[in-house]
Amino acid sequence: MKELENSRRTFLLNSARAVGLAALGGLVWSAYVDEIVASSLTLRPPGALAEEDFLKTCIKCGMCVEACPFDTLTLAKPGDNRPLGTPYFVPREVPCYMCPQIPCVPVCPTNALSEALVSSNGKLDIAKAQMGVAVVDSQNCIAFWGIQCDACYRACPLLGHAITIEYTKNERTGKHAFMKPIVHADICTGCGLCEKACVTEKASIFVLPREVALGKAGDYYIKGWDKNDEKRLENATSEITKTEISKQKAIDSLNDMKGLLDD
Amino acid sequence: MTKWFYKHRFLISRRITQITLMLLYFGANAWGWSILAGNLSASSLLGTIPLADPFAVIQMLAAGALIATNIAIGAVIITLFYMFVGGRAFCSWVCPVNIITDSAAYLRRALGFNRIQKKQPASRSLRYWVFGLSIVLSALIGVAAFEFVSPVAMVHRGIIFGLGFGWAAMVVIFLFDLFVLTNGWCGHICPIGGFYSLIGRLSLIRVRHFEERCTICMKCKEVCPEKDVLFMVGKSSEQVLMGECTNCGRCVEVCDDDALNFSIREFIKETK
Repeated sequence: MKELENSRRTFLLNSARAVGLAALGGLVWSAYVDEIVASSLTLRPPGALAEEDFLKTCIKCGMCVEACPFDTLTLAKPGDNRPLGTPYFVPREVPCYMCPQIPCVPVCPTNALSEALVSSNGKLDIAKAQMGVAVVDSQNCIAFWGIQCDACYRACPLLGHAITIEYTKNERTGKHAFMKPIVHADICTGCGLCEKACVTEKASIFVLPREVALGKAGDYYIKGWDKNDEKRLENATSEITKTEISKQKAIDSLNDMKGLLDD
Repeated sequence: MTKWFYKHRFLISRRITQITLMLLYFGANAWGWSILAGNLSASSLLGTIPLADPFAVIQMLAAGALIATNIAIGAVIITLFYMFVGGRAFCSWVCPVNIITDSAAYLRRALGFNRIQKKQPASRSLRYWVFGLSIVLSALIGVAAFEFVSPVAMVHRGIIFGLGFGWAAMVVIFLFDLFVLTNGWCGHICPIGGFYSLIGRLSLIRVRHFEERCTICMKCKEVCPEKDVLFMVGKSSEQVLMGECTNCGRCVEVCDDDALNFSIREFIKETK
């Protein structure tokens, strides 16, 4: 009897220990993975799924890296401080040259790089890529100083569409023009040729992931003059909040003298 | 000299396969070869046949990823191969980490660390816990959990695409195996080994022991990285059927008495 109780006790203790150790390991492990996949400044190859799905789906085989003829892509190594083993590129070093055949996408065995995201009318179309978006630092861009430079504008593969030059008067000299580069986020693919071409010591035009660089207007603001924009309202949800005051009609609420006459 | 080669024939063949595979992958990346492109997570054989690491695919499934047909086919091919043919041969014939852990185990024997450290502080079933935990965590955090920490992937990716600080992972495994735990990584922790142990149970290629020739010198148990699988040595003639056997063939080649050899699995038990 004593022995039986002992073995039951041992069994319970052993199970508790195993569960406890698994919880300990699991917590440390998941905290670590959560931390390393949280790097938000990573630029992905063309056709990459949204970051969360991309991290799920990419098997880290590197076939996109091998397909890239310009050695643009690298797989994150230990020490790169990016989600380990996933492909990325650094435009200031090697930008994406936007090959029309997009060799990196069809080789992806898991569809983490999806052909559908870079196709129009069933044909591969690199202009549909959304690797990121270029952002201009108007403080350090010398074109904003009044010095004539259009290196980024010239380097852009979607010349005249993704970056345009805006002419404004230079009040300082009174006779010159500023030729300011303006990025159009709806067209820019984030290839980074502008960042590569930028003449300032550290690039004053640079590519950021779209979810980092772009804002979101939300459902409260609509371009009333744009039929397409109104469509956004179809999926809008509204929530009506009631306070004490909003129980009254607006006009009554304004005329309410309660609280003013009390003293 | 020929005797030395004969006594290391499987070890040499294993190193040749391991290095050749890595070289083919490396060549695909560096020089555009198309025999075997990708890496051990997923690859493309001759530009047409997809291959994929089934353990990675299981984690992706658990994480909730959509599995593409290509990768599913690749994982099935690999699973069927090891399930019915090779057993746990991935670990000793393909995985490059095996070279690191074998060197650590060799040094351990040569320097006599096994004599000063007799007690093993961990159980070999740990790998099945790590395997289960990989899948549970993948489901909980929504990414393939082991793939983001796997030193095995760091090593083969490092060899093919550039190492970065991956050398540190190699050193950690080596030191761990040398000073902390005998056959620590491959024999205790690695969930890939655990996975192949589970699916390799039914495979055709098995080591066979002939008890009547055995002189109980125990050289086989000395070199075996998974000693438990050789429980029958000197006791009874039977096949090594435990899934943990990696089919590395070290026991076969060190045996001076021809008491161990490779064989095809017998499905019907012999009656004596």
